[in-house]
Amino acid sequence: MSERLTVFKTYKLYVGGKFPRSESGRVYEVTDAKGRWLANAPLSSRKDARDAVVAARKAFGGWSGATAYNRGQVLYRIAEMLEGRREQFTREVADAEGLSKSKAAAVVDAAIDRWVWYAGWTDKIAQIVGGANPVAGPYLNLSTPEPTGVVAVVAPQESSFLGLVSVLAPVIATGNTAVVIASEKAPLPALSLGEVLATSDVPGGVVNILTGKAAEIAAPLAAHQDVNAIDLTGAGADLARDLEIAAADNLKRVLRPQPVDWSADPGTHRLTAFLETKTVWHPTGSLGASGSAY
Amino acid sequence: MTSPFEYAPAPESRSVVDIAPSYGLFIDGEFTEAADGKVFKTVSPSTEEVLSEVAQASSEDVDRAVKAARRAFEKWSALPGAERAKYLFRIARIIQERSRELAVLETLDNGKPIKETRDADLPLVAAHFFYYAGWADKLDHAGYGPNPAPLGVAGQVIPWNFPLLMLAWKIAPALATGNTVVLKPAETTPLSALFFADICRQAGLPKGVVNILPGYGDAGAALTAHPDVNKVAFTGSTAVGKAIARQVAGTDKKVTLELGGKGANIVFDDAPIDQAVEGIVTGIFFNQGQVCCAGSRLLVQESIQDELLDSLKRRLSTLRLGDPLDKNTDIGAINSAEQLARITALAETGEAEGAERWSPACELPTSGYWFAPTLFTNVTQAHTIARDEIFGPVLSVLSFRTPDEAVAKANNTQYGLSAGIWTEKGSRILAVANKLRAGVVWANTFNKFDPTSPFGGYKESGFGREGGRHGLEAYLDV
Amino acid sequence: MSTAFADVTASDSTLRRFLHGLPGVDAVGLEARAASLGTRSIKTTAKAYAIDLAISMIDLTTLEGADTPGKVRALGAKAVNPDPTDRETPRTAAVCVYPDMVATAKEAVAGSGVKVASVATAFPAGRAAIEVKLGDVREAVAAGADEIDMVIDRGAFLSGDYMTVYEQIRAVKEACGTARLKVIFETGELSTYDNIKRASWIGMIAGADFIKTSTGKVGVNATPPNTLLMLEAVRDFRAQTGVQIGVKPAGGIRSTKDAVKFLVLVNETAGPDWLDNHWFRFGASSLLNDLLMQRQKLATGRYSGPDYVTVD
Repeated sequence: MSERLTVFKTYKLYVGGKFPRSESGRVYEVTDAKGRWLANAPLSSRKDARDAVVAARKAFGGWSGATAYNRGQVLYRIAEMLEGRREQFTREVADAEGLSKSKAAAVVDAAIDRWVWYAGWTDKIAQIVGGANPVAGPYLNLSTPEPTGVVAVVAPQESSFLGLVSVLAPVIATGNTAVVIASEKAPLPALSLGEVLATSDVPGGVVNILTGKAAEIAAPLAAHQDVNAIDLTGAGADLARDLEIAAADNLKRVLRPQPVDWSADPGTHRLTAFLETKTVWHPTGSLGASGSAY
Repeated sequence: MTSPFEYAPAPESRSVVDIAPSYGLFIDGEFTEAADGKVFKTVSPSTEEVLSEVAQASSEDVDRAVKAARRAFEKWSALPGAERAKYLFRIARIIQERSRELAVLETLDNGKPIKETRDADLPLVAAHFFYYAGWADKLDHAGYGPNPAPLGVAGQVIPWNFPLLMLAWKIAPALATGNTVVLKPAETTPLSALFFADICRQAGLPKGVVNILPGYGDAGAALTAHPDVNKVAFTGSTAVGKAIARQVAGTDKKVTLELGGKGANIVFDDAPIDQAVEGIVTGIFFNQGQVCCAGSRLLVQESIQDELLDSLKRRLSTLRLGDPLDKNTDIGAINSAEQLARITALAETGEAEGAERWSPACELPTSGYWFAPTLFTNVTQAHTIARDEIFGPVLSVLSFRTPDEAVAKANNTQYGLSAGIWTEKGSRILAVANKLRAGVVWANTFNKFDPTSPFGGYKESGFGREGGRHGLEAYLDV
Repeated sequence: MSTAFADVTASDSTLRRFLHGLPGVDAVGLEARAASLGTRSIKTTAKAYAIDLAISMIDLTTLEGADTPGKVRALGAKAVNPDPTDRETPRTAAVCVYPDMVATAKEAVAGSGVKVASVATAFPAGRAAIEVKLGDVREAVAAGADEIDMVIDRGAFLSGDYMTVYEQIRAVKEACGTARLKVIFETGELSTYDNIKRASWIGMIAGADFIKTSTGKVGVNATPPNTLLMLEAVRDFRAQTGVQIGVKPAGGIRSTKDAVKFLVLVNETAGPDWLDNHWFRFGASSLLNDLLMQRQKLATGRYSGPDYVTVD
């Protein structure tokens, strides 16, 4: 039996719904836990980061304006599509993180279920964190959460897939759009996720995935005046401090890195981290000109 | 109509749905005959054609079903919420996939236009399951404290006006919270619930979690009376609702009741007139007016009454009544001969009491149960048709002079389910809404439903809310 | 008309009070109604009727800087004989061209009954002195235009100077002589439905023969809701005055499906009296070939393709 030569995949970035190579034309070598070559991943540049922000901003109006129900359906669709690629991701996660097949499969299952968890949140978060306020006057006063805008996400370095999904899904569930910097040493599951997103009814630009040196890509994003928030989960302490300082320039909302058990119940804090609260006042008036009599 | 642009018939294909000649009860994951072997026929109200023969549940079957639900409860309620969620998401998706089949089925069994089953009922059914699926693993966040517990077995009795949608309103929150259910659909519209049983099978839902018992009022009464039922949910008439309220007295059963209504649709002189006309039409002619929250009383400010009625009559003349499967039909058949008789009698009372009756020129089909869209003017609060729920395509028009008078008249009813307000002035909307004793108030729209939004009545329109975060409470031990 | 509404047009403030006193438009409700009528299913005989009616209602349009006599002659030939394989195909209502092409167009459609419409009044922006606009109109009429499609002064409208808008329409109407006047609001620039309703009433009071949505030169042109709103306006105007006025959606209507939706709006809003090219038009160009392909499909049972209709 002659051995069939396999076809390698060229891993590409996911920006604006398309799969470009890095503008820089550079790649870097990605290896498995034992140092064996897996693939070359794009080494993103500042310009790739800039393009990703433009794409994310362009997508923001449509995505944030979509009904919460629609966003929920789209997120659930991601889970459906991932389920069909479960084997592929199990292999990629096992390679990337040096896990046994069964442990990698458990990680992938948890990641799929995490999309389902957040799919259910899209039309409920407002019912948890919003509501009518009983102001002392003849006004209807209503607070509703709204997405903050374009969110830059430094994805976790160790948990290349479950960690990635756990930080990405809550950002887009509420209507933000995202520019994600994947795990530097294990970027392949993130790039494959881009392929899933592209076929899951997620509008182009809602999620943009960059790979390369986190510090190099994160710096221009943290300083970018058209980025509204940054999740520093995957940044080390020094980098996180520098990025937070840069982010202060336009007062980005910052989620600081903290130790996370990715398999635990995620709660809601990652949803609320990137929400604004808008409060609307409207007079209720009285039925007639005799007003106070009522 | 004298238009040269006569729309040719555009019937939706009946072949998308395969109705079996007979159906059993769905108990413990299996279709089974009734214990006493009784069956009843379900007919298409637009043609009186017999669609199928369905097993008729008795109290013995109710007991079997409740026992099955009780057996299933332990495992079902112990499942992690995320797993229950995935079952419900599956159901939501299968409903979306099979929505055209179910829409045609519902139109055949109920008589309502395909336009409504296709564009309103089915999308809402799927959305309801989708919404509550998402709650199943988030109950800790719902505002009822940590780890809220399910009640147990829910006995649910639903009406014939929105058969599958009412099923969704009942079953989705019950399952999401970890209860198991025994549901009795109405005797005139059992089929979509039986098709839902097949959807449960496709979704791999564990046996006994959902049990469907077609039958009559006696089966419903046996179900709500069953000592091992922990939760009673009923949608239907106020008379039956009161009987249930008496029946459960002294028990631990938790109860929600969605009952009748006599909704006021209040149109002020600064209303967006053309949209108000549409809202009035939607309010009373959606589903032939067989809607508990119908805007069956039009309260119009006297200063624009003539203008509004002219516009309304012109608009009613464009309504298309006929074959419910035709995609261009606006008004379908009345659900049953019994309901038609009730509508007919109440309309006659309206005339006898001196109100002025008007209908557009409208030819009624010769077979089936039909009632032309009807408008009564010169109606006062003292008229029977201003007080009793007609549950048909009959609008009673009353006038008012001032906002206080509008509110006083709107509230002057035993019911309190819905109301509408039409004005371009925001503060008036909120002022009037504040004073209305009704569970749902629509402003510059009418008959809007969403799974995230609670629904239910004040006063004799029932108690408890279905839909939204609030709808969870009815199925939790909180 | 000027007499029936003499009180309304007596002064700036009476006109403003009248327009601002019109019942408001709820956008969500209007759009829902338009969408609901859009779900009508028009089949077989009704579809055949609608396709022929739609063809007969087209103002076949070319309004490019690159228009040449050759292009306009081709357009005229297409209007007169839309489908060379089927001479039973109805002719379009008119061809619509710039004023300097009117004479050429007139020649191209001579004797066919197809009208020549000309845009004028410094189309599409309308940013010119009134004398220039009137000159534009007079030249087109002198060259033989049967119909004039004018643009209103959107700047004046948006600044609240309704009287200028009204008076310019009146002046253009006078300059038209016997030519029928279509008044273009450029609904995409007026932006709100309340504005479109007010503009409709200004146009109708000022003597428009048609009210027309758009130039086709901006982002949002004819839509089902803005056309529905204008159909309600002409319906109400006739109920109030007895005078019937036409409606012309223009721009963005490219498929048979779209055209049929608009005809459903006409049928169920203004009513069957408007189902005639004297009272309803489509401003369009590519729509015609789609209608012709659908017409061939109904005749043969096969789907047609772009190679079986003429490119002009």
